Amino acid sequence: MGQFILRRLGVMLLTALCLTFIVFYLTNLYPNLEKLAKTQANNRMTDEEVVKWLDTRGYTQNVFVKYGEWLGVLPSKVTTTEQGTFTRCSRPTILPEEAPAFCGVLQGNFGFSTVFKDEVSSIIGTRLSLTGYLMLWVMLVMVPGALVVGVLAGMKEGSRTDRTLSTFSIITTATPEYVSGVIFIAVFASSAVGLRWFKGTATSAMDAATFENFFLPVITIALYGLGYIARMTRASMTEVMTAQYIRTARLKGVSFGNIVMKHALRNALIAPFTVIMLQFPWLLNGVVIVETIFNYKGFGWTLVEAAGNNDIELLLGVSVVSVFVVLLTQLISDIGYVYLNPRIRVS
Amino acid sequence: MEPLTWTGILSPLNYALLLATLVLAVGVVTQLITALFATDEPLVVNRDGTLAAQGGFRGLTNEIVRWSFLAIVGVIVAYIVGGVILGRDAGILGAVSQRFLPVWIALIVTFSLSMTFKRNLGLYGKLFDSPVGMIGFGLVMFWVFTAAFEGFFGIISTHEALEQLVRMKNEAPGSPVEGVDPDAGYYSHYLLGGDNLARDVFSRMVSGSVIVILIAPFATIFAFMVGITLGLPAGYYGGRLDTILSFFANLILAFPVILLFYLLVTPEIRQTGIPTYMAAVLFLFPIIFFGILIHSKFRTRPEINTPLLVGVLGVLSIVYLSTINQEGTPIDFLGFIDLFDIAGGILTVFVSVVFVNSPTVFRIVRGLALDIKTRDYVAAAQTRGEGPFYIMLWEILPNARGPLIVDFCLRIGYTTILLGTLGFFGLGLPPESPDWGATINEGRKLLSVYPHPAIVPAVALLSLVLGLNLLADGLREQSLKD
Repeated sequence: MGQFILRRLGVMLLTALCLTFIVFYLTNLYPNLEKLAKTQANNRMTDEEVVKWLDTRGYTQNVFVKYGEWLGVLPSKVTTTEQGTFTRCSRPTILPEEAPAFCGVLQGNFGFSTVFKDEVSSIIGTRLSLTGYLMLWVMLVMVPGALVVGVLAGMKEGSRTDRTLSTFSIITTATPEYVSGVIFIAVFASSAVGLRWFKGTATSAMDAATFENFFLPVITIALYGLGYIARMTRASMTEVMTAQYIRTARLKGVSFGNIVMKHALRNALIAPFTVIMLQFPWLLNGVVIVETIFNYKGFGWTLVEAAGNNDIELLLGVSVVSVFVVLLTQLISDIGYVYLNPRIRVS
Repeated sequence: MEPLTWTGILSPLNYALLLATLVLAVGVVTQLITALFATDEPLVVNRDGTLAAQGGFRGLTNEIVRWSFLAIVGVIVAYIVGGVILGRDAGILGAVSQRFLPVWIALIVTFSLSMTFKRNLGLYGKLFDSPVGMIGFGLVMFWVFTAAFEGFFGIISTHEALEQLVRMKNEAPGSPVEGVDPDAGYYSHYLLGGDNLARDVFSRMVSGSVIVILIAPFATIFAFMVGITLGLPAGYYGGRLDTILSFFANLILAFPVILLFYLLVTPEIRQTGIPTYMAAVLFLFPIIFFGILIHSKFRTRPEINTPLLVGVLGVLSIVYLSTINQEGTPIDFLGFIDLFDIAGGILTVFVSVVFVNSPTVFRIVRGLALDIKTRDYVAAAQTRGEGPFYIMLWEILPNARGPLIVDFCLRIGYTTILLGTLGFFGLGLPPESPDWGATINEGRKLLSVYPHPAIVPAVALLSLVLGLNLLADGLREQSLKD
């Protein structure tokens, strides 16, 4: 088991390095840098001025060197010109002369956001906690809901309950967040329909989340994932219900409720666990869409802002965090699967 | 002119619809609750030896649900038929269903032909044994026919997708067209209202279907070509090839999709030509696939093999070169042989959607190949001395078709959702494009005051994806019965 986890961690680290390098390469392509120079300094710069601006700030180095600097394994380049000294470690509050030599991700330094004029790490920290709160409620609604729907549907395959609930799950998986969000706002929050039960924006939920301003974003994300997990649970449940030991229990005269609760449920919940874990990358998508629709300024909203405004350092920081969330959930799902399922032994 | 109401003179039907929906809702809820407590349905043995389920309370609810569902379907059919006959007298719904008349005719022809010959049509025919599959197929074909009639003849939409009639800005559904010369030949109403730029919402929704129906299935086919061409060897050979390919597939899968879109589908990236290079690599896979497919089968018969290979690969190569060759991108060398150009935005969108989908297809195909390669018929082919690519493409692939067809339907739906996501974030296609994602994005800005410009494309997208999912479900059910 220990060796298995170590090997998985190794692969995970390699994947993380590759992914961050790809993101780094794509965000540091010359057209992006040119746009950055023009937005930061002067929109009417000539091509030579752009190159000079980028050169003094170390942007024109080899991409591997730049990546090493960003990662924090290479010292960042210090350029001294008549306009002053430049290094990627300096900030408005830290003079270039006093800046440390290494300032990369490994030192906990994610860079400086050009849009929000703040440390990337502190922006991500606050935004991530807001999104974490949203995700917590999504999970609290989605997981129990999906498991109940899935187990009820899978209990008796082909029954009326099964068909009704399966249709429900199909409908929710066919409704992406930007469709359900729009429909919910139009029905429950617009003056055109006039119900006005909930608020159409969740901006106020960032300070004080109430049922009125937080329910719609939560249910919008939860519904899309709910159908998928419910279908997986149903498939797993129907498989367990046809197993030999369930038939033995039935023939022994155990009541149906007892069979479901005591014999089938535990084995049926192994597969959904993996699915729920692997659902995180999808939820990340949902979070970006829903935070944009409901104007909830969390992690996903930051991603859109960073990408839309060419904020390279912030976009890199956001990517690192999301890639690590995805890889971590994959690891947990692998280990959890082995741990929960005694039939699988990793040696 | 008077603005149209929703149902016009057919409005008495609304009460019937409302009543039937209420009864259905109550019936379904009762069914769910009673199913929790009830034991198995008591069975009665008839004198001739057959079994019959006794009615009782549950039997009654089942009947009620069935009949109320049929009533709803009946009312909807009445709306459509009445609308086709009465047109604008039957309100907005009537006028809309009259515009869709060619689609209804095509649907009726398709269904009646398929139902008649369903026993000779294999898995496709079996689809017509499952109600779920039929509903899904109907929804999908509705949009396919709409896109076809609109794309080829332009006979569904009432106005041009980009036409702005200034007085119609944000007008409610059914508003009569004002401020234009009555003899100019404009359709008399904006059936589903006007959007923020005074364009007809109904026409934009219809022309948006052309873009979606054009891109989504093609992108899925390409993703399948890539996934199959790489997944079969990975599963069949295993070993280091499998490790490397799986690593790359997992690499792409670990990317959050939206991040990937934001990195790939920006105007800056398009300047560097990366999407064009990716297209050059990804579009190579169909050529490789068909080349190997033909060569592995006719390897021993050069008199068929050579002309077939030359013909197929020749045509594919010309199409391939014209596709990747674009003026103003790094790949631009063909000059006059360049048959057609794809608008830059569409190519980028297409490539990124294929790129996102192919790793998942790769994993599915690899898993299927791993399973099937242990079968006896594969061992028999190996003993016969067949080459590895013959076994992969002519033994393993045909036997994996069931799950692949089901996944294909689901994946078209997922691709449609991805396209919508791209449009929703304003990536790729130009902002005035009528595709559904972009229209939703534009409409949501005034959502709380004028919901109709966003709701209409949202419902259209929902119905297409739902249709594809139901179709996949029906196909899975029917293919499992074999």
